[in-house]
Amino acid sequence: MSGNTNASLFEFLLRQGDNTLVLGQRLSEWCGHGPVLEEDIALANIALDLVGQTQLWLALACEVEGTGRSADDLAMLRDVWDFRNLLLVEQPNRDFGMTILRQFLFDQWHLLQLHALAESSEDRVAAIATKAEREVRYHVERSSEAVIALGDGTEESHGRMQGALDRLTPYIGEMFEADAVDAALVRDGVAPEPARLKPAYDSAVAAVLSEATLSMPSVPVAQTGGRSGKRHTEHLGHMLTQMQWLQRAYPGAEW
Amino acid sequence: MQNEWPLWEIFIRGQHGLSHRHVGSLHAPDAETAVRNARDVYTRRSEGVSIWVVEAAQITASDPDAKEAMFEPAEDKVYRHPTFYDIPDDAGHM
Repeated sequence: MSGNTNASLFEFLLRQGDNTLVLGQRLSEWCGHGPVLEEDIALANIALDLVGQTQLWLALACEVEGTGRSADDLAMLRDVWDFRNLLLVEQPNRDFGMTILRQFLFDQWHLLQLHALAESSEDRVAAIATKAEREVRYHVERSSEAVIALGDGTEESHGRMQGALDRLTPYIGEMFEADAVDAALVRDGVAPEPARLKPAYDSAVAAVLSEATLSMPSVPVAQTGGRSGKRHTEHLGHMLTQMQWLQRAYPGAEW
Repeated sequence: MQNEWPLWEIFIRGQHGLSHRHVGSLHAPDAETAVRNARDVYTRRSEGVSIWVVEAAQITASDPDAKEAMFEPAEDKVYRHPTFYDIPDDAGHM
């Protein structure tokens, strides 16, 4: 592999691992605070699935980088500007409806992406995607059913879900954005062109929203900057201060 | 409470189990959600390969106060146990 291809693959793996890391951390903030015991455990399970996937993506990133950094180093010792996650996943939990809707918008994309990555020309990427796809298939089922139940629920729950959709829709566009990194990966058959997933995403999301009696607002401009690292929202830094404080305060601390 | 989700009894068949066993109960708004909740609450350590859920209100149970009349008469009828037969070795485990 050329140095350039390696750098693109590393960047791609960071995007993968940072998406699941940041969303896994966000979900784990619910642990012990869920509206009912059953949801609390379900959210914690999904958070653990995502953190498990993070370990695989970031470990491979380190292997590709080859400088001796570990997945833990990447997760705990990078600052905001080095994170490559979508802006969507760093948005705060706010209420349960917002958490579920964020999850739904991500899960639908995540499943399509992993399904395509399972056919990757890079065997190590295909192996992680195949394993993760099984977990995410369940995440999609769970978040979709919850969106339908709450959207088509009471006046209160419907209002909150529509509010969440209005607030989070501007972050959808970033999933389908492409840059030079993507071009290199598409050329090598490592990853699908992001825009190729959009028709399937739009129709899957529309089907659930229609059953949930929710309507997608029209958004003139998408909020982007997370996956490129150009500009994260203010929320990520606050989240990292919580997630990373132990390694920052006690460098090298282990269990 | 009127606003509370109904209670569901959860039955799980384990990896090598032949039948579903009662493992506990949980709350859920409907049967499908109860199955998903059971998956998350009761099978997170690979405990099962199949889940049944039954709404607790649908179960008819024997009366605990009628225990004596229901079960004690069987206690002195040892002849109902097949312990008086010699089982041929060829028959194997019964």
